[in-house]
Amino acid sequence: MQDSTSAKFLKLEEKSRRKNFFLRSFLYFILILFSLYFIFPLIVMILTSLKTMEEIRQGTLLTLPKTITLDYWKIAWGGRGYGAGDTFLRPYFWNSLKMVVPAVIFSTFLGAMTGYILTKWRFKGDSFVFLFLLFGCFIPYQAILLPMARTLGLLGISNSIFGLIFVHSIYGIPFTTLFFRNYYISIPNELIKAARIDGAGFFKIFFKILIPISSPIIVVTVIWQFTQIWNDFLFGATFSFGEHAPIQVALNNMVLSSTAVKEYNVDMAAAIIAGIPTLIVYVLAGKYFIRGLTSGAVKG
Amino acid sequence: MFKWIERNLPKIVLAPSVGLISWFVYGFVLWTLYISFTKSKILPRYEFWGVGNYIKLWNTHKWYIAIENLFIFTILFLIICTILGVILAIFLDQKIRAEGALRTIYLYPMALSFIVTGTAWKWILNPTLGIQKLMNDWGFENFTFDWLVNRDMAIYTIVIAAVWQSSGFVMAMFLAGLRSIEDEIIKAAKIDGAGLFTVYWKIIIPMMRPVFFSSFVILIHISIKSYDLIVALTAGGPGISTTMPALFMTQTAFHKSQVALSAASAIMMFMAVAAVIIPYLYSELRKENAR
Repeated sequence: MQDSTSAKFLKLEEKSRRKNFFLRSFLYFILILFSLYFIFPLIVMILTSLKTMEEIRQGTLLTLPKTITLDYWKIAWGGRGYGAGDTFLRPYFWNSLKMVVPAVIFSTFLGAMTGYILTKWRFKGDSFVFLFLLFGCFIPYQAILLPMARTLGLLGISNSIFGLIFVHSIYGIPFTTLFFRNYYISIPNELIKAARIDGAGFFKIFFKILIPISSPIIVVTVIWQFTQIWNDFLFGATFSFGEHAPIQVALNNMVLSSTAVKEYNVDMAAAIIAGIPTLIVYVLAGKYFIRGLTSGAVKG
Repeated sequence: MFKWIERNLPKIVLAPSVGLISWFVYGFVLWTLYISFTKSKILPRYEFWGVGNYIKLWNTHKWYIAIENLFIFTILFLIICTILGVILAIFLDQKIRAEGALRTIYLYPMALSFIVTGTAWKWILNPTLGIQKLMNDWGFENFTFDWLVNRDMAIYTIVIAAVWQSSGFVMAMFLAGLRSIEDEIIKAAKIDGAGLFTVYWKIIIPMMRPVFFSSFVILIHISIKSYDLIVALTAGGPGISTTMPALFMTQTAFHKSQVALSAASAIMMFMAVAAVIIPYLYSELRKENAR
């Protein structure tokens, strides 16, 4: 009696273990299948960028290059060395960098200040002000494109990197405010009260108390703004052209420019170059990237 | 005087941000709204004309195509991203080995721009050398894939690329949501005899309602604004078959110089976004006040 029960038990356990094994294999199968879908374009891009056009025409997307050549990366980055019609990314890469750095610093600083005031120096109607700013995260930029183009013209900064810094700084404020406001709201007000009793003023509290404990949210904000501004195309394409264009615009022009032969290898190398800075940020600080992504949507 | 400055210092420091947003967001939207009621062509003209541009807009064939595409794209993009994101998040949440690596792979496309995404997919979907040739080479000799150059199918290539870029985002949101649910709830349900599937279908997914809501809003918002991806992938073609409102607006303004008409289309986009976002912000704010 005793024996048969335990035997039954063992059988049941065995069955459930087997069922579990199948379930888990299925789980891994699906997860790996989808990871292939996500990784496939990156692999294709890398392989294509290393092949000659001859190999590309003869093989398929996934054929490995016979010899690895970095020539097309060099062409995508620095050109072929003849004059007109030789488009390459190097100058535009620097344009983007010159645009991103000041715009990120400026919008992050303004957002930090605004978030600080809206949570630690509360006044009547402050949550309305927050909502008023927050709505700016969501407007379709098409609704401000025409007046902005005119304004930049009137200010004499259209088609310049400075103009793009200006535009990105302003339209970054709603996002940076959201991040800092949600971070500072969880910091106890007692901390600020105590500092005020000790005689610390508005700026001293901000710079000596809040900024030193803000590094996590500064990282999130800087990564978010960097990615947004680096990847922007709409503002870049509308407010700049020619030599002042940022990298995404240059990449698009490069791919579209129809010279006699389409060079997919150069195109793919260029696309990777345009994506590398944000990819590096993502790989190095993925945790913060995800935090920005999700808190941009779910507040609090 | 000095005392007044000191007392109002926070508001004085706040003023530039509020001022900039008032002018460059709200003021500019109003300017666009006004221009949409004028007869502006290349240069803005300020005599009031009326709703003529809106009538003209809704009688424009291309605008109809843009709206139709917007609906097709939004519905598919929303459904596929959500299903994919939810499944991946739930599967990843089963104490998977190498979870970190898989998560990184699912989410890295979010770090790439839509121009890079479009460039990559344009090459992959290329009807002669792309995925079609790969499949033929693998033995599926009759496999053809010409969606990119097919008027009726090109819009779906944009869905494929957009889903690739954004479904990791839904996954991240859901994973964060799942992680915030306490294990006790799942354990209690299991003790009561509920299977794993029932636990998820009947308990956990209903609990994720706020996450669904937020991701719907963000995805709809992304799709109304979609512009870069279309420019890079199809440039609105073949013909005008993949035009969407954002592309219509910029083309009308900057290629055709019909500033007033494009302002009208921008205002339509603005109203569509506002209709989705304002209830969302309102409910978020109420939730926060209730807390």
